[in-house]
Amino acid sequence: MTFRPGDRVRVRSAEKPGHVRTPGYLKGKPGWVESVIGEYPNPEELAYGFSGFPERPLYKVGFRQKDLWEDYDGPADDCLYADVYEHWLESGETT
Amino acid sequence: MSDHHPHEEAATMSPYAARIRAIEALLLERGILTEPEVQDRISYMESRSPANGAKLVARAWVDEDFKERLLSDGKAAASELGIDPTHPAEFVVVENTPEVHNLIVCTLCSCYPRAILGRPPDWYKSFNYRSRAVREPRAVMREFGFEPSEDVEVIVHDSTADVRYMVLPMRPEGTENLSEEELAELVTRDSLVGVSVPRYAGS
Repeated sequence: MTFRPGDRVRVRSAEKPGHVRTPGYLKGKPGWVESVIGEYPNPEELAYGFSGFPERPLYKVGFRQKDLWEDYDGPADDCLYADVYEHWLESGETT
Repeated sequence: MSDHHPHEEAATMSPYAARIRAIEALLLERGILTEPEVQDRISYMESRSPANGAKLVARAWVDEDFKERLLSDGKAAASELGIDPTHPAEFVVVENTPEVHNLIVCTLCSCYPRAILGRPPDWYKSFNYRSRAVREPRAVMREFGFEPSEDVEVIVHDSTADVRYMVLPMRPEGTENLSEEELAELVTRDSLVGVSVPRYAGS
């Protein structure tokens, strides 16, 4: 488990073909770890008939809507949570 | 396999339905699935409905301790009310408050707490809802006839992975004298997704 609640993170901008659970609109976006959900078999492997092991840590990651959409039409406090696997996250401090 | 869905003629089937039928026929033919397994799965899905969500919400409105359990362990709370939450995914309930309004979407596909609520509505699966709920949630809710005020924080939950979300809406004002069953009738499917809220017009 690399990240802890409160950590600043950024979603990796990596391109990966096939079944992924990280939506494109989050790639490269800054957020924070809201909570650790647990560890689960990797769905990107399960989708192709593999075991999905080792299990991967899954985080609930928060984003400010204003960070996701430049023209977001709503209050600055509005936010979005998505469940993101650890291998899609990098530290938000270093970028 | 034509006796499996006798009411559907190939000519009136959508291309997607025809494809599913063909895949299903192959799975049965190869012995990977059996007819009873398919029927069991259909019965399972049809036994789930938004009424389960309404029951959970109404109990949470009248029983503070139950509400705490519902918010901390959704599956255990569902089991308490005789709702079998058996499903590999987690079930998490998020609470609306005077300060926060929650909205659920699955931008990647159509993840939904099916084990509790059954099949999602068609609009939930549409590209329109899935793309707009994350980008302009307030405009989407307005179209459903609900507009949270500007000082309420709107939180969108994109169920991208192993968690299925349901909203615990706020109990409408003026409902102090309603029974738990009457309260449950106010809880709409839309309010469990968060595009709307339960309303009470008074007696």
